[in-house]
Amino acid sequence: MKYLYFPGCSLKGLGRAYEESLLPVLRHLGVEVQELEDWNCCGATAYMSVDEMEAAVLAARNLALAEQQAGSRDLLAPCSACYLVLHKVQHNIAQFPDVRSTVQSALDRARLRYTGRVQVRHPLDILLHDVGLDVIREKVVRPLRGLKVAPYYGCQIVRPYATFDDAFNPTTMDRLLATLGAEVVPYPLKTKCCGGSLTGTVPEAGLRLSYILMKEALRRGADVIATVCSLCHFNLDAYHQEIERRWGAVRIPTVYFTQLMGLAFGLAPRELGLHRNLVPFEKWSAVTAAS
Amino acid sequence: MEIQRTIKYDADRVRGFAEEIMSLAGCDQLKSCIQCGTCSGTCPLSIYMDYTPRQVMALVRADFKNEVLRSHTIWLCASCYACTVDCPRQIRITDIMYALKQRAIQEGIYPRRFPIPVLAREFSAMARRMGRITETLLVLRLFLKSDWRALFRSWRMGLGLLRTGRFSLKPERIQRRDELAAMLAATNGGSLPPAERKEAV
Repeated sequence: MKYLYFPGCSLKGLGRAYEESLLPVLRHLGVEVQELEDWNCCGATAYMSVDEMEAAVLAARNLALAEQQAGSRDLLAPCSACYLVLHKVQHNIAQFPDVRSTVQSALDRARLRYTGRVQVRHPLDILLHDVGLDVIREKVVRPLRGLKVAPYYGCQIVRPYATFDDAFNPTTMDRLLATLGAEVVPYPLKTKCCGGSLTGTVPEAGLRLSYILMKEALRRGADVIATVCSLCHFNLDAYHQEIERRWGAVRIPTVYFTQLMGLAFGLAPRELGLHRNLVPFEKWSAVTAAS
Repeated sequence: MEIQRTIKYDADRVRGFAEEIMSLAGCDQLKSCIQCGTCSGTCPLSIYMDYTPRQVMALVRADFKNEVLRSHTIWLCASCYACTVDCPRQIRITDIMYALKQRAIQEGIYPRRFPIPVLAREFSAMARRMGRITETLLVLRLFLKSDWRALFRSWRMGLGLLRTGRFSLKPERIQRRDELAAMLAATNGGSLPPAERKEAV
C-alpha cells in the first residue's frame, strides 16, 4: 500500500504532533507514504473568503502535482481543512465549467495537467477500508483498557461531503478506538463545530464552542478527547487555560487519534509528539502500565 | 445616541443583487428557500449574529445588498456546513456566505480592524507570496493589524507553545514560487463576473 502524502501547513507547524504520530503509525502498519513534492497551502477557509477562483487554482496545483508524481493515485490529506478544500475544488472543477476553464488555463502556465483521476483520502478512510481493523487489532500490544475516550470528528471531514462516513453519526473513529481496547463514550457532539478560527478572532463566540465540547466530554465520563484535526486540537488544547479562566474548570486533555494508536502499538509517547500537549495526557501511563 | 429607522424601504434595495448571487456556482437553489429557519436553528453561532442565517437568505433574495454585506453574520460563519447538510431545500448556505464575504472584501465594506476579514486577507496574501502558511507569523500579523494588545493577553499561551516546540518563526515557503504566481495571475486577479457563470448541464 502506497500513498502520496499532503501534510498541509498546520502539520508542519502548530499541529506537528499529528504528523509525528501519523507517520510512525502508518509505517508500523506497513503503509508507505511519499510526501508530495513542492506542495502548497490548500487555501483553507480563509482564501475562499477572498477570491474563489484563486482559491480553486491554489488547491488545484496540488491535485495536478499529485497526478504528475508517480507512485499512487491516492492523495492522503490528514488535515480536515485540506481534506475538505481539495474535495470541494474537485467537485467544483467537475461541476462548473467556468471554474474548470480558469483552473485549466492556470495549470497550462505551469505545464501541469489535471484530469480528475487523483483520489483525496483521509487517514480514517485508509485505516478502516484499506488496512482494516483486523490488521490493526493484531498490532495492538498495549490495549487502552480502562481509557474512556470521547471521539470528536469535527465538521469538515463529514460535511458537506460525507465521503467515507456518515454526515450525522460518523463511526469510523469509534470503531478504530474500540479496536485499540479503549472504551468509547457516547458523544452526541462528535460533529459539532469547535469554533474554527473564531477562537482567535471572536473569542467570546469561538471559545465557548470549544468549552461546550470539553464540558460535555467530561459529563459523559471521558478521560480524553480524540481528534482528527489540528485546528480542533489547537482550540481544545492551547486555549484550554483561557477557556477555564472564562467559564471555570473543564480539565480534559485532547490528543490526536493517531497518538492513541501509537500508544496501543507500544510506541513511546515522545515518538508520538505527546510531549507537545499543553494539557498533558497523564492517564496514558496508567493505561499502558496496567496492560 | 443615534436614532435609526428599523424597517427597510424599497429604496434600500440594490436591484440585481439576488440574481447575481443566485447565478453563482451552486447558489441557484436559494430561490427555493421556504424560510423554515432550520439553518438558524442548527447554526452554532447564530446566537451571536445581527441577522440570523434565515434572515440573510431572505435579505439576499430581496436585493438588500448593503444590509447583508455590512452584517456580522457573514464573518461569524465558521464554515462548519451544518446548515448546508440540514437544509431541506439543498441550499448551499455556506457557499452563499463565502460569496457574500468575497463581495464585502472586494467592495471594502467590512468594519476596519475587525479581525476576521483581516485574517482572511493576511492569510491569502501569505499563501500567495510564500505558497505556504507559517501559522505563528500569520497570528502575529493578525494581531498587529487588528488588535496588538491581544498579543500581550496571549503571552502565556505563547510561552507554552515555545516550551513544547510548536512555536516557529522560520518562514515556510515552496520552491517554485514563480510558478504559483504565474498560475494565480492567470485568473486575472479575480473571479469572472457572476452573470457569465452557468452551471454544467
